[in-house]
Amino acid sequence: MSMLSLRDITVRFEPKGKPPVLALDDVSLDVANDTFSVIVGPSGCGKSTLLRLVAGLETPTSGRLELDGEPINGPSADRGMVFQSYTLFPWLTVRENVMFGPKLKGLPKSECEDIADDLIKAVHLDGFEKSYPKELSGGMRQRVALARALANDPRILLMDEPFGALDSQTRQMMQELLLDVWQSRRKTVLFITHDIDEAIFLGDEVHVMSARPGLIKQSLDINIERPRHIDALTSPQFMDYKRTILSLMHDEAIKAEDAANQRKSA
Amino acid sequence: MWTRSLFSPKTDIDKGTYVTLSLISVAVILALWCLLTYGGITPRDFLAAPHEVVQAGIKRIANMSLFEHMWASLVVILSGFILASIFAVPIGILMGSFRAVQALIEPITGFMRYIPVSALIPLLILWIGIGIEQKIMVIFLGTFFQQLILISDVSARISKDLIDCAYTLGADRRRVVTRVLVPACMPGVMDNLRVTMGWAWTYLVVAELVAADTGLGYMILNAMRGLFTDVILLGVFTIGILGLITDFFFKWARRRLLPWSADF
Repeated sequence: MSMLSLRDITVRFEPKGKPPVLALDDVSLDVANDTFSVIVGPSGCGKSTLLRLVAGLETPTSGRLELDGEPINGPSADRGMVFQSYTLFPWLTVRENVMFGPKLKGLPKSECEDIADDLIKAVHLDGFEKSYPKELSGGMRQRVALARALANDPRILLMDEPFGALDSQTRQMMQELLLDVWQSRRKTVLFITHDIDEAIFLGDEVHVMSARPGLIKQSLDINIERPRHIDALTSPQFMDYKRTILSLMHDEAIKAEDAANQRKSA
Repeated sequence: MWTRSLFSPKTDIDKGTYVTLSLISVAVILALWCLLTYGGITPRDFLAAPHEVVQAGIKRIANMSLFEHMWASLVVILSGFILASIFAVPIGILMGSFRAVQALIEPITGFMRYIPVSALIPLLILWIGIGIEQKIMVIFLGTFFQQLILISDVSARISKDLIDCAYTLGADRRRVVTRVLVPACMPGVMDNLRVTMGWAWTYLVVAELVAADTGLGYMILNAMRGLFTDVILLGVFTIGILGLITDFFFKWARRRLLPWSADF
């Protein structure tokens, strides 16, 4: 059953004094309930725009977006999002950050605290409930951001390169933690990255995007057994997927470079 | 050793060296002052000697008149400053984040920030007289427009992601402003209040130019008539010290009120 459905989505930006940019060209995409979908693509392919559309933070030039059959107009607590940049509210403690959504909904304080403490435990940050974000490392901040997005119990979790700013060891750890949390809570996830390993390691399905115009070039089902562990990264199966996606992306990277050079010389 | 040298940019030096260098700069100024006065290089009605300033101070502390002047000036400065802040903080935050508010306010602030406050004094006298209101108004006008521009800049620099994030957590527009934009602005607001408090002090003499009978600015202007350079210097030192105290207060308040903010 398909719960998120994007039909013929086109986004055209018209920057002043510059030629218009076709950020997304006629993109259609379905995300089924409880699946972990990953969109991988080169920078500038419009993958972040796609996610922001689903979040309701932007509107398409044309096309239809639906979640469980209802059209998406504007942001809502239904669709939680984790950003690449650190977006914890620095004036709130870890627990208060996680409670932010439930408190807006008007849930009683004790219930908000229970939700928060449960999720803080799930991302292994118990003991840091009263810390301020400035006292946390980058990886810890993104774990709190994940807990905060989950606290609203959203129908879909949107993740915009959430581990992009972390070093590679921390990133690997975060991926495993995310899969743990996902495994135990079963959420529909739409995850954006430019890292092919990350896409294969996390996803049930991987959609490879091309740049300028942004469109989905190919979708692959990733049939690697779950729960997945770090050794999955070196399995022959993993390598096959990686080879396929790499060659798709390689063409794209060259195309994107050429397009960029043409724009500069024009 | 190269990277630990005093002459490498952006390198920490140890606290002892820091304090020593600070003391040296004060000592050099004092020594220069002593040399000019006790060395007989400048006449006394041109520059009073250190002990004369101390004597002038002791005399005015003994008869309490220095405190009267301080109190009168503090009332003017704080009233003008607080009044300006009450309006500038909310309007500035809105101006930095709402293009419509910016469009409304910017032409006025852009124009007013270049007008010397002293140029408005004749009009202020005509419109609100020569009482304390006029003095408060000088401080108000001197700080309000500067605060507005600085605080609007703070608000404009708040990350859009922080706002977007609040939306995806279920906040509506009103709560995005009250629960995210306003608290996010607070460290920058505090820093700029501290800076503009310093500027408010610099308007003191201008504020007490007209029809004052107390205040540190008045004391200085009055002493000018008789070339009492000891009293002038006493006034200057008192203003400097009061300024330092208010600055210290703002630093302390920021640490106390905004313990979560990273940099100060």
